[in-house]
Amino acid sequence: MTIHQMPADDTKPAYNYAYLDEQTKRMIRRALLKAVAVPGYQVPFGSREMPLARGWGTGGIQITAAIIGPADTLKVIDQGADDTTNAVSIRKFFERTADARTCEATDEATIIQTRHRIPEAPLKSGQVMVYQVPMPEPLRRLEPREAETRKMHAWAEYGLMQVKLYEDIARYGEITKTYDYPVMVNGRYVMAPSPIPKFDNPKMHMSPALQLFGAGREKRIYALPPHTSVRSLDFEDHPFRIQSWTQPCGLCGAGDSYLDEVVIDDQGGRMFVCSDSHYCETRRAEGHRGTMLGDAAASGLVEEAAQ
Amino acid sequence: MSAQAMIAPGFSDPVFQSQAAFRALLAALSEPGTLQRVTGEIAPPEGLATATAIALLTLADYETPVWLPEALRNGPAGAWLRFHCAAALVDDPTEAAFAVLDGAAGEPKLSAFNLGTDQFPDRSTTVIVQITALEGGTALTLAGPGIPGTRAITPQGLRSGFVEGLRENGALYPLGIDVLLAQGDGLIGLPRSTQIEEAR
Repeated sequence: MTIHQMPADDTKPAYNYAYLDEQTKRMIRRALLKAVAVPGYQVPFGSREMPLARGWGTGGIQITAAIIGPADTLKVIDQGADDTTNAVSIRKFFERTADARTCEATDEATIIQTRHRIPEAPLKSGQVMVYQVPMPEPLRRLEPREAETRKMHAWAEYGLMQVKLYEDIARYGEITKTYDYPVMVNGRYVMAPSPIPKFDNPKMHMSPALQLFGAGREKRIYALPPHTSVRSLDFEDHPFRIQSWTQPCGLCGAGDSYLDEVVIDDQGGRMFVCSDSHYCETRRAEGHRGTMLGDAAASGLVEEAAQ
Repeated sequence: MSAQAMIAPGFSDPVFQSQAAFRALLAALSEPGTLQRVTGEIAPPEGLATATAIALLTLADYETPVWLPEALRNGPAGAWLRFHCAAALVDDPTEAAFAVLDGAAGEPKLSAFNLGTDQFPDRSTTVIVQITALEGGTALTLAGPGIPGTRAITPQGLRSGFVEGLRENGALYPLGIDVLLAQGDGLIGLPRSTQIEEAR
């Protein structure tokens, strides 16, 4: 085997800025412009091999790579948390390939790449949300053939989706879909909001931020421009409702955030904590205290704000 | 020296200049009616506004046929585009992915370009319409995605009937072309999702 490239002392690998070559970026950029012009419509694009497996956020990474520049600050979250494997790796990837400035604060970020959550802190005009999407086609579970789902979107033929939601009500008394809950965009296209909890669906409606969705394995890009109508599908007598919890966050006491249930012992003990780690930390730093913060701080799991 | 022999330079720093220009284009089409400035020290060829030239450098390549008015196609602009973007210049407006149009010219009509198909509305043409000024003309009221409530623009140098053409284009939604108004280094996006009314 011949080694063609000898690593020098301090050189980084000779990638183009943000990893992708310029021709690929142009192709993704053209797809993005068509995606914002037809909100909710899935634009096919030539998804590239990335240095991580498909299904680990390659669609979101390719979009971020096509839009990021030296003026941007990048935040990456995975299930709301800044410190999980996927988020840390993607942040490192852009620090290395694009010299990206990264942050954890939602209000400091200009680009927020996310897997499965929208931050609790309200988004602002000028921010870009980039969603990692595993399954961009909301109708796929109902109709496996791409040729057919394409026609259904073309003719706005969404009866099948309404029937599916109705069958839930007939069987269980309520719509059981709790994540990736289908939405109607700008009154025209039914769109998969990516596997965010339905708790986050109302945040998409008329959001001041630009929202871009990338599905690397499925090779689709779609978008929501700011101030776009996003309606969760429902029925008049079974209106759309978001999840609620019987207790607030155990660490910061927030009653308005999306909570994860954490099993803490083998005696059936459990606690509820904010899934948005930065939101929870910000609230604790402001002096909000949940009922279990003392215990968690005592065992060194979290830092308690100085009183 | 002939015009063909004098091809003006393109981007001096393609990676970052095209990234900055793309963000302006993305903002223009995701927030229709907002005036976006593209910065990039380039000298556009005769007949193309700075914004038009930068938009094409950013987006056009060998995958995207470009339609230019005949005078531009056979002049320095055509040679410049072939050289920098390697884009094919086409005669037939329906084949074009990008087109450059003079806002005052009567032909071709917007409907002459590729409107996309019901299964692939993304395959439509993006038309850059060059006008004399982006402000100070007839007031148009915009509404639709990307616009909180309504937004007003006052472009100058659109021929009479052009706004009617834009309205007909919007009525085809989700089909239709996407328009960028360009003058100097300024751009205003009018995607097909925008509803346009002449303000009175």
